[in-house]
Amino acid sequence: MTAASVDTNRRERVTGTSFTRGLGAVTLVGIAWLVLFGLVVTPADVNQGESVRIMYAHVPGAWLAYLAFVVTAISSAMYLFRRTRSLVWDRIAGASAEIGVLFMGISLVTGSLWGRLTWGTFWTWDARLTTTAFLFITYVGYLAVRNLGGTHHQRARRSAVLALLAVLEIPLVHFSVELWNSLHQEASVVGNTDVTMDGLMLFTLFLGVIVFTLMYVWMLMHRQRSLTLQDMVDDIGLDVALAARRAEAGSS
Amino acid sequence: MNVSSTFRVARLIAAKDLRVEWRSRVVTNQVLPFAVLVMVLFAFALDSDAVLERVAPGLVWLATIFSVLFLVARTYAVETADGALDALRSAGVDPMGIFLGKTAALAAQLLVLEALLVSAAVILYRADPTPSGTVLLVTTALVATVGLASVGTLYGGLAAGVKGRETLLPLLLLPVVAPVLIGATRATESAFRTNGIAVSEGWPWLGLLAVFAAIFSVVGAVAFGSLIDE
Amino acid sequence: MKDVGFIVASYVITFGSIGVFVSLIVSRARRVSRQIPPEDRPWT
Repeated sequence: MTAASVDTNRRERVTGTSFTRGLGAVTLVGIAWLVLFGLVVTPADVNQGESVRIMYAHVPGAWLAYLAFVVTAISSAMYLFRRTRSLVWDRIAGASAEIGVLFMGISLVTGSLWGRLTWGTFWTWDARLTTTAFLFITYVGYLAVRNLGGTHHQRARRSAVLALLAVLEIPLVHFSVELWNSLHQEASVVGNTDVTMDGLMLFTLFLGVIVFTLMYVWMLMHRQRSLTLQDMVDDIGLDVALAARRAEAGSS
Repeated sequence: MNVSSTFRVARLIAAKDLRVEWRSRVVTNQVLPFAVLVMVLFAFALDSDAVLERVAPGLVWLATIFSVLFLVARTYAVETADGALDALRSAGVDPMGIFLGKTAALAAQLLVLEALLVSAAVILYRADPTPSGTVLLVTTALVATVGLASVGTLYGGLAAGVKGRETLLPLLLLPVVAPVLIGATRATESAFRTNGIAVSEGWPWLGLLAVFAAIFSVVGAVAFGSLIDE
Repeated sequence: MKDVGFIVASYVITFGSIGVFVSLIVSRARRVSRQIPPEDRPWT
């Protein structure tokens, strides 16, 4: 297969550049450092004991998910704004939403594991948790809408409007869940779960946030470029895509 | 595009939608029986008069929201089946008028549905609203319906005419309507005096419903054009 | 001890899913890149 042989020749530079490769290397070192500090070097917490270690993975993940969704909202607005309308914004929004969904999913799981250890329950109907779950579902829907087909600009406009609607929806959900929750306060299984942070713990948490942010930039750049390639392939035409499908079916 | 023409379009669209529904009887013969059936099935699942009385308000609104999915799918099925929505678009019909008209028609159908479901709750679940509770209940239904109809028309328009819309619409719509479910259920609990909650405690929830209805009717009217316009 | 299991599980889930996601990104990019010559890519 000639396509495959060409591919091996330029394997190094598909969506990577020297910048992203450097960034990737720094991120990998950062992850190793974070795991070492999070699991070994930092002390156990006075109240929470060892379970506080989940925090170093959970909090940066949640931070990243929110960052990604903010980026999606901003780039969607940039797309809808006539003077900055460009499919680049649409692809950034899409790439960022994918990363956001991934990290929101991760932090929901790690959060409920942490909750089981500290509160004794996987889940509480607290406004922040519930809103987070809604945010997750909303962006899963957003990604589904992105895959509906149509022209690139149809996709871009539909999903940009949807992303901005999500920005409206989320505060409403948060507010209503908060009102709903204020009715029954007996749900406070939350005991003494305060973390008293010493310098090292705080440092590790910041390290996590920085490492995850670098990782986000790496993922966003690669995914955005991959979506650009995908759009270019779609533009080349259906027959080329069909040929690729046949090649794919032949190789697997 | 002036205001009077927008409302004229809205009136025509709403009248057209309601006439189509009246003649086809899909809503009366299929969606309304479905909603009542859901209420009966809840009774089988929960299997206790005391529990049913306690959860009656929530079940009324849950059944409403499930039925909204069918009503929205239905209101766009008649538009996309023969490309009517595309025809309206290319004819340059004001999208705000289309949105308001479809929302009004959907709201009218929803009100019938809600009346039926509340009657079902009174008959099957022993809900017993007082006169002042009935006033609260009617106001709640009106405000919640405006919100549900706007949001349904908006997201339905987004999903209209695409592959897999039957499964996409619930995924998009159900998270958005959560505030309506919360607000309307709490207000209805007061109206039914579930667990001895006073009727007066229900009124503040209308604030939430009103905010929701206001936001989504305005945003829907503005954004609808760019959703269906290609 | 339950705590250790939970802690290890949360790290494995976090970095494991990141790894899966990254490999998906890269493999999908490779697949589509076959049809686009390198000189057409805006970042090269």
